[in-house]
Amino acid sequence: MAEFKEIAADAPMSEKALTWIDNRFPLSKLYKEHLSEYYAPKNFNFFYFFGALSLLVLVIQIVTGIFLTMHYKPDAALAFASVEYIMRDVPYGWLIRYMHSTGASAFFVVVYLHMFRGLIYGSFRKPRELVWLFGCAIFLALMGEAFMGYLLPWGQMSYWGAQVIVNLFSAIPLIGPDLALLIRGDYVVGDATLNRFFAFHVIAVPLVLLGLVVAHIIALHEVGSNNPDGVEIKAHKDEQGRPLDGIPFHPYYTVHDIVGVTGFLLVFCAIVFFAPELGGYFLEYNNFIPADPLKTPAHIAPVWYFTPYYSMLRAITPEMMYALIFCVLAAAYLGATRANISNTLKAVVIGSAVVGVALLWAIEAKFWGVVVMGGAVVILFFLPWLDRCEVKSIRFRPDWHVYLYAIFVVNFFILGYLGIQPPSAVGERLSQLGTFYYFGFFLLMPWWSTLGQTKPVPDRVNFVAH
Amino acid sequence: MSETTVDTSKRTWLITSSCVGAVGGVAAVVPFVSSFNPSERAKAAGAAVEVDIGAIKPGEKLTVEWRGKPVWIIRRTPEQLDALKKVEAQLADPESQRNPSELTPEYARNQVRSIKPEFFVGVGICSHLGCSPSDKFQMGPQASLPDDWQGGFLCPCHGSTFDMAGRVYKNKPAPDNLEIPPHMYLSDTRLLIGEDKKA
Repeated sequence: MAEFKEIAADAPMSEKALTWIDNRFPLSKLYKEHLSEYYAPKNFNFFYFFGALSLLVLVIQIVTGIFLTMHYKPDAALAFASVEYIMRDVPYGWLIRYMHSTGASAFFVVVYLHMFRGLIYGSFRKPRELVWLFGCAIFLALMGEAFMGYLLPWGQMSYWGAQVIVNLFSAIPLIGPDLALLIRGDYVVGDATLNRFFAFHVIAVPLVLLGLVVAHIIALHEVGSNNPDGVEIKAHKDEQGRPLDGIPFHPYYTVHDIVGVTGFLLVFCAIVFFAPELGGYFLEYNNFIPADPLKTPAHIAPVWYFTPYYSMLRAITPEMMYALIFCVLAAAYLGATRANISNTLKAVVIGSAVVGVALLWAIEAKFWGVVVMGGAVVILFFLPWLDRCEVKSIRFRPDWHVYLYAIFVVNFFILGYLGIQPPSAVGERLSQLGTFYYFGFFLLMPWWSTLGQTKPVPDRVNFVAH
Repeated sequence: MSETTVDTSKRTWLITSSCVGAVGGVAAVVPFVSSFNPSERAKAAGAAVEVDIGAIKPGEKLTVEWRGKPVWIIRRTPEQLDALKKVEAQLADPESQRNPSELTPEYARNQVRSIKPEFFVGVGICSHLGCSPSDKFQMGPQASLPDDWQGGFLCPCHGSTFDMAGRVYKNKPAPDNLEIPPHMYLSDTRLLIGEDKKA
């Protein structure tokens, strides 16, 4: 607890007021810790805009969301019409709604770029593991938020998308059907489902999201930001204990981020005003048709940001199961013959492989598709312990590491593209290859990340003043 | 630091009361989770639907809603009924043996999966992820279907195919045949969906 601070009687009013508050609430302390005396590395580049931008989009979504709830009706009989009412009759309702729908996609754009930044510069490495874990939890909450929000307009895509995703849960052995019933609150997706998704979308998940964002930032400010060189700036400090390569977040990065915000808003407004549907990618055409439980649209696909994961779900066919069984056996063989572990552990490896193969054999492919889709997100949580490269940043890794990362990105785009397309034989094979690459990239990372000659890491960050 | 001794009896009570408190906290979750279950109104909404099938011409399909799901009533032509025999080798479960108690009532466990061979009554929800398959009654080669297509249904979501009796083809994402709802004929042209003679 801080000492009670006295102030001279002739001090200005503003100073007196601030002292009065500081004696009761750590206002100046918080301002210093998180803004004026939070030292961020001075060599941030383009990719460092996206943390601040995701905060901006969060604010846009919350504000527009509050105003939408003032006119929206979470009732299966009224929902679709109330959205059309917002679009046509509520003054500027169309703008608020388009900001919210474009904001959803914008959220995933900035968050994917933000995650990519963390991936290539090793921002998840020690001591920033918790920053990364909170971030992954935010991503998961965001996916839930987006999925439940998508049901609310009660269009054909809303309805059938929810139908397919909720039915995924029923693929889980034993508890699946009851779990799906618990989620829907009815035997089919209906009014009860819409009503509860509304509650989750407007209050439950946003509360969790806000808490996680606060935790993400507190953890970040505790350990300090990483930078494109992956060099710890705290290693070199001046006499006052300030990192030599750091600059105060405010005013330097607050002003710097205004450039990013301007650029972002230019694109955002262009989409909101000139192409709010963005060719069916941000708002799907079939969603302008009211939900009809008796008729599925000829082609259903999730919104673009879910399609890479959807592709992986579709990739798991009965044929693919043989490939998975082969992978488990190969991994067990390598573990038992090549790995440098005790015999007991080897027995455990073989035992779990046998159980794994038995389960793969016994449970239908549909369930494993769900496991693979969920696993694709969950695996991100383990990244800090999968990467064992000596250096953090991609800048000092062997060149061929860069190619692996590049292929990973291209692969993610291909999976995303295939997820939008109707099922086809060629697409199925491609998405199976893509699924293998995605998981291979992560699961084999403890091995490949240690290979190759890393480049010398500088003592101080690379920075050229402009 | 001063030497402190642990008062073990106090500690025992602290642990005990914390555990009892935790049990109470967990028990408090029960009503909230239970409220996710279908309400009494949702459970009661499964009333049977009566349909007049007199106006359906051969080869036509009528869709009615029962428990929020589409139920198809199809009057099959003799060619369509003949085709059922031809495709049997390509089907995953031609005899409706899988989960018969849930999918196929006793009176429909036959080759045509219906009470009267002419009329097929089935729930139009794919057993994969719950999409409603589209009609592909036209025989012969066409997009997304094999060249020797004998008529049936194609699920637009993941490409599962079914024959004119709602039987699923082999090696498709859907594991099961389409569900046959409990149903009975009240007269030659009156069909009741949702109840049968057992009930």
